[in-house]
Amino acid sequence: MRHGRDARISPSLAVYSSFTSSMAMTEQRVSYTLDSSLETIDSAEEKATRIATELGFGDDEVMQISMAVREGAVNAVLHGNNYAKDKKVTLAFERTGNDFIITIRDQGPGMDLSKIPNPLAPENLLKTSGRGIFLMRSFMDVVEIRPSSAGTELKLIKHVHGPTAGGKEASQ
Amino acid sequence: MTMKVGSRQVDGVTIVDCSGRITLGEGSVILRDTVRELLGKGNKKIVLNLQDVNYIDSSGIGELVSAFTTTKNQGGELKLLNLTKKVNDLLQITKLYTVFDVKDDEASAVKSFK
Repeated sequence: MRHGRDARISPSLAVYSSFTSSMAMTEQRVSYTLDSSLETIDSAEEKATRIATELGFGDDEVMQISMAVREGAVNAVLHGNNYAKDKKVTLAFERTGNDFIITIRDQGPGMDLSKIPNPLAPENLLKTSGRGIFLMRSFMDVVEIRPSSAGTELKLIKHVHGPTAGGKEASQ
Repeated sequence: MTMKVGSRQVDGVTIVDCSGRITLGEGSVILRDTVRELLGKGNKKIVLNLQDVNYIDSSGIGELVSAFTTTKNQGGELKLLNLTKKVNDLLQITKLYTVFDVKDDEASAVKSFK
């Protein structure tokens, strides 16, 4: 990942400067440290919607990205940190040449990936939970989950298509 | 936009008009309470009109499943009406379209109850 000034930075990334509050920002990456609350889930979704729109994704892709981020935030707040007031959720948005990357970290006990059920299996269809990761995988190009005893890191990647891919507009 | 519901009776069937978002938190709770209240009053023929529901997350999907099974376990039937494209797509990819009885016309939804 590149930091600092880069002639190839997309103009659309400049809108990151409109963000406020407790964010830490470079020109290509913005991150937030958030409480383990329901408000964080709504906030993560709103941020994802705004940034994906600003990056030029179409309406359907914006919806997919925002929904995947919401599901990731739900997992971090609810299943990871269990709403604990002393545990934080870190949310980062990053635009590389051809990818929009969202990283969500919690401070929970980690998770056993082998125990994630297939929500499409007939015996699981009527279960009332267990669809979050499936939806993320349905909506994003790459979903990486790295659990550890210090928490779980979730990485969501959506490839950038169209004229904004590769930061080509920076040559304007 | 938070979730809002209003119910009305049509030929012995309770139509629940939902609007807004069915998501973790308030939206899911409102749906759960509404269905439980209807069942508690003996209204066991329920149609959820989702025409104005523009967003459902996995918790909301779980709440729809819960409403469906709770109603069925009490000898009733719960059907879905007027899905938006987004909600329809969600039910397709989660295969729940095969579980729910989904209608796109209120009159036929009402008539479909035994």
